[in-house]
Amino acid sequence: MRGTNAVLGVAGLAGFLALAEAVPRLGLVDEEYLPPAGRIAAALGDEAADPAFWTALGDTLTGWALGLAIASCAGIVAGVVLSVVPYLRQATASTIEFLRPIPSVALIPLAVLLYGSELRSVLLLVVYASFWQVLIQVLYGVQDVDPVAEETARSYGLGTWARIRYVLWPTALPYVMTGVRLAAAVALILAVTAELVIGAPGLGQRIGVAQTSQAVPELYALIVVTGLLGLVINVGARAVERRALAWHQSVRGEVAV
Amino acid sequence: MLDVRGLRKVYEGSGRRVEAVRDLTFTVDPGDLVCLVGPSGCGKTTLLKCMAGLLEPTGGEVLLEGRRVDGPPPGTAFVFQEYGRSLFPWMRVGENVELPLRQKDMSKAERRALVRDALESVGLADAAGAYPWQLSGGMQQRVAIARALAYEPRVLLMDEPFAAVDAQTRADLEDLVRGLWRQRGITILFVTHDIDEAVYLGERVIVLSASPTVVREQLTVDLPAERDQLHTRVDPRFAGLRTRVYEQIQAAKRGEVRDALTKSSTPPPR
Repeated sequence: MRGTNAVLGVAGLAGFLALAEAVPRLGLVDEEYLPPAGRIAAALGDEAADPAFWTALGDTLTGWALGLAIASCAGIVAGVVLSVVPYLRQATASTIEFLRPIPSVALIPLAVLLYGSELRSVLLLVVYASFWQVLIQVLYGVQDVDPVAEETARSYGLGTWARIRYVLWPTALPYVMTGVRLAAAVALILAVTAELVIGAPGLGQRIGVAQTSQAVPELYALIVVTGLLGLVINVGARAVERRALAWHQSVRGEVAV
Repeated sequence: MLDVRGLRKVYEGSGRRVEAVRDLTFTVDPGDLVCLVGPSGCGKTTLLKCMAGLLEPTGGEVLLEGRRVDGPPPGTAFVFQEYGRSLFPWMRVGENVELPLRQKDMSKAERRALVRDALESVGLADAAGAYPWQLSGGMQQRVAIARALAYEPRVLLMDEPFAAVDAQTRADLEDLVRGLWRQRGITILFVTHDIDEAVYLGERVIVLSASPTVVREQLTVDLPAERDQLHTRVDPRFAGLRTRVYEQIQAAKRGEVRDALTKSSTPPPR
């Protein structure tokens, strides 16, 4: 079954590449705007040989990773505090519902005003966008604590901190993982957007340069790179999730006893 | 050891007011094994949770060794009916048993020794490395009992612990609890809806009325200390006690009122 799926996956990808090669070659689309897959691949090879490309990739990943780390830590701490302190959750609910839907890109002018085209601008946008993803999941996760588990912990005299550490946190962890995985994807989108629009160093900025210099195959090559990045990030996040949640029903499946 | 005086618990919420426990007074002597039976929904769990300091009573008080219970007392362990939810699936069996001990001032070696000893006494010495969900229901409840034992409580409160396991496992677990009680001299208060179980296990049986709950009757179980599933259950004395409890429960269900002050039909042991 697994083998069949892998074969089908490879076949699908090959078919897509063949299509991307054929469509411009057959003149269905102007080659100016959509170069054949082969030329994009060649451009990708050229990019890989250029040290500036790797610097740009490094910059993007730095913005992504730092932003995600800050947003995750802040989201987790804020989520736990909001849930543990009585009344705080209710008091903040409306504010959160108001702030959360604000699109991060709407903050681009603010970021430029505050930090110009530095890394900090990128971070502001990335953190804002991904923070909510984590926070909302943590809030849901914390609510999921089993009353019996909680009473068990209380009956054995576990204090607030011990209950957070041994009951609340493990219960919320599956939600946190989902939140961080979603945040990782959003963070990449925002990192590239910020570079593209603000001109902070990174892949986005390089895409902008390719656009202004009419380097269409390079443009596509860079887009492919961002897509691959997203793929790697998602696969990585899922792998981490599976390891950390080996005990969880969603991962362990049904156990025969 | 345990004094319940005029305990009353009223739940209030969403316009409804439910008086779960009206007026309960009884005592449990040190080293006793008391079974509480009552018709279903009669507030047995409420009572036990008040005694464990998990619920705040509306009126009256619970005294443990003369001191008023106003939070989970350190000398008390609680075994829940829902073992699957009471054990933490993210911890291995050994870690589950060890967790309550982390609050206590003891070395790692001491903790390990207690965990090993507790798991051995419930017959699960080699399950320490497994996760609870890899074990059968009966084994999971054994783990929960081991966790309680490792905590070295003076009082063990058990809330219908065997209601969710099959009959054979249940018989084994009953013998286990009786055996542990005799070995360790813990005071046990065991809540059940099963009349046979109450008579088989207990040294004393307290029959509760239907909700709003009062004590309906207290019986001393004058069966030999050495009990086994095969002989005790066919003992005429067992049948007699069982019938007595059964009648009381049926009467409680019909809502018959006995004299307001409960009298012991058999004199309390002294």
